[in-house]
Amino acid sequence: MSKVVQIHLAKDFKARSKAVLDNPGQRKNFRGAMDFLQAKRRAQFTDQEELQGLRELGASIRRYSLANLPRLLEQLEANLTTNGVKVHWAQNSADANEIALQIAQRVQAKRIIKGKSMVSEEVGFNHAMEAAGIEAFESDMGEYIVQLAGEAPSHIIMPAIHKTKQEIAQLFADEVPGVTYTEDVDALIQIGRRLLRRKFAEADIGLSGVNFCVAETGTLCLVENEGNGRMCTTVPRVHIAITGIEKVVEKLAHVPPLLSLLTRSATGQSVTTYVNMISGPRKADEKDGPQEVHLILLDNGRTQAYADDELRATLQCIRCGACMNHCPVYARIGGHAYGTTYPGPIGAIISPHMMGLDATYPLAFASTLCGACNEVCPVKIPITDILVRLRNEAQAKPETEDATLRGSGAARTVAASTVWSMWSQVYSKSGLYKLASWFMSRGRALSPSEQGAWTRSRTPLVPAPKRLRDLMKDRKL
Amino acid sequence: MSAREDILNRLRKPNVAAQQLSPDVAGWYATHQRDEDMAQRTARLRAALEAVHTEIHDVTPANWTSVLLSVAAAKGLRQVLIGTNTPHGAELQACQTGALQVMRYEQSIDSWRDLLFDGVDSGLTLARGAVAETGSLILWPGPSEPRLMSLVPSLHFVLLDVATIHSDFYSAMTAEGWSKGMPTNAVLICGPSKTADIQQTLAYGAHGPKELVVLLRHTDGSLT
Repeated sequence: MSKVVQIHLAKDFKARSKAVLDNPGQRKNFRGAMDFLQAKRRAQFTDQEELQGLRELGASIRRYSLANLPRLLEQLEANLTTNGVKVHWAQNSADANEIALQIAQRVQAKRIIKGKSMVSEEVGFNHAMEAAGIEAFESDMGEYIVQLAGEAPSHIIMPAIHKTKQEIAQLFADEVPGVTYTEDVDALIQIGRRLLRRKFAEADIGLSGVNFCVAETGTLCLVENEGNGRMCTTVPRVHIAITGIEKVVEKLAHVPPLLSLLTRSATGQSVTTYVNMISGPRKADEKDGPQEVHLILLDNGRTQAYADDELRATLQCIRCGACMNHCPVYARIGGHAYGTTYPGPIGAIISPHMMGLDATYPLAFASTLCGACNEVCPVKIPITDILVRLRNEAQAKPETEDATLRGSGAARTVAASTVWSMWSQVYSKSGLYKLASWFMSRGRALSPSEQGAWTRSRTPLVPAPKRLRDLMKDRKL
Repeated sequence: MSAREDILNRLRKPNVAAQQLSPDVAGWYATHQRDEDMAQRTARLRAALEAVHTEIHDVTPANWTSVLLSVAAAKGLRQVLIGTNTPHGAELQACQTGALQVMRYEQSIDSWRDLLFDGVDSGLTLARGAVAETGSLILWPGPSEPRLMSLVPSLHFVLLDVATIHSDFYSAMTAEGWSKGMPTNAVLICGPSKTADIQQTLAYGAHGPKELVVLLRHTDGSLT
């Protein structure tokens, strides 16, 4: 478990994408998985009217929750505190890990068992714990496989989606002591089950994410199929939940519509095997459950998105993954190519706030803007509008009012901005346009044969021999 | 300034609070109710549960223990874990259980964790209710039936009274006034634990129970 998970910078996005595109095996895995997940979702939403109504309701709940976010966070904190849950606030990844580490050290924890949590991936939790000599062990089957392989998840819902069963069979045979090679999925799952049951029983701390925090009751809702989430939040003596500040809703009654949208959009299930609602640690008369429950509320750039009226919608996300399942780009390059914790369309619009636009802007450009993500998003995030906005931000002149994000203007080059400002001059002044187009059409033989990315797979662009205005003139004669 | 104040101040800066009306969740559910009787609702629950490998037996107050015992015998179960001070637990304990050892969850988990993980085949809990729409069983674990009874043993028996089945999750929580106060833990369960994390191949018995057996108790005499 000491393998270091490689952190890729988004700068190498093109090179990594190319590597995947050149790997037919990986592409087949992703295509197959995406087709599977799309069909599962489609089967859940046969009634279009119901789907659109429910999406509108889901979006209104999320918008309302964000509009009232500071108040709801305070209400959540107050109610959780009354229930006996300790609430912590973390500005960034380092803060979040430090809070967890302090708890671990106070209770003299040696072993942490983890339920699936993308926020823990976001903050690099496992690495931080290992650096302090504390074992952090993944218990979700997909996360366990990915950890065993020394990799990061390639999908937010199905972490090991990039691997075939043959690859997993080989991994188990190589890495798990006493296991012989088998491709039988049931047998592989039973190997994981046996090994991880010991881990649940021995762990000092269970770490989990949260799907929804309910302010009015001080309740943490977690959805899952495997039962490892319930194990992590019930068996160890301490439970630490970690989540982004945007995951709060006001009322318990706001959960059913969002829950329905989440599970149906994510895996095409009407509900998951377990919906786990935690409102406090073990009471004096109870015989199990953790003695301590902690909630770490993480900012890590979310307040930057919140500050902007357009980008705030990014925080409506309920992390179902439908946008990536339907994205023609994600389906071809998979999750690792993005180099961010959150891949796909949602990754392209949320990661700039976490890592800076300078590190992530290529993701906003890697989109056809086809809008499939907008169409399937259960809470109606206008993803492509936000992608276009981020493209503009990446080209913005630094230190101006257009540059509102960390890393704005990172894609701006002198050559490109000069060309575009000339273009803008030519197109806004008719005399200049007339003159420029005359030179273009008459000098077409001088068009370069190498035109950058365009000519890598296309013939060069050459201006027409006659301008539209010339053609019109010819016709009148 | 603390991280808390810093974050809250940043969130308070943009003036957005007045822009949004409270979402009309009640209105949505009011216009999406099914016109169905209890038999139809029970059938919906059954179909949803059976779709995820759940075994369902129709029982009466008089015969549920014997049905449980015959299921246990057929599956070769050696132990069943019951709660403390529950009427159904007492009923089962009063039976001649033969080879099936009835164990009671009397001690705190800290004193018998290993035995629970390795030495208990099955657990029996009462469901507080159920949700027909998704096939979810509602459990509110507590002092008499703790959380791990429905999670650690490989087989989970659930006794469910037909009269407690709600149409959907929203109806269940509003009819029972959940928002007035939640227990430390409430769980919805739909089927035995499962995973599709290996090449989207569905496998049952991931970390929780491998089998879920529902004893659907009809108290209206429809089965007698």
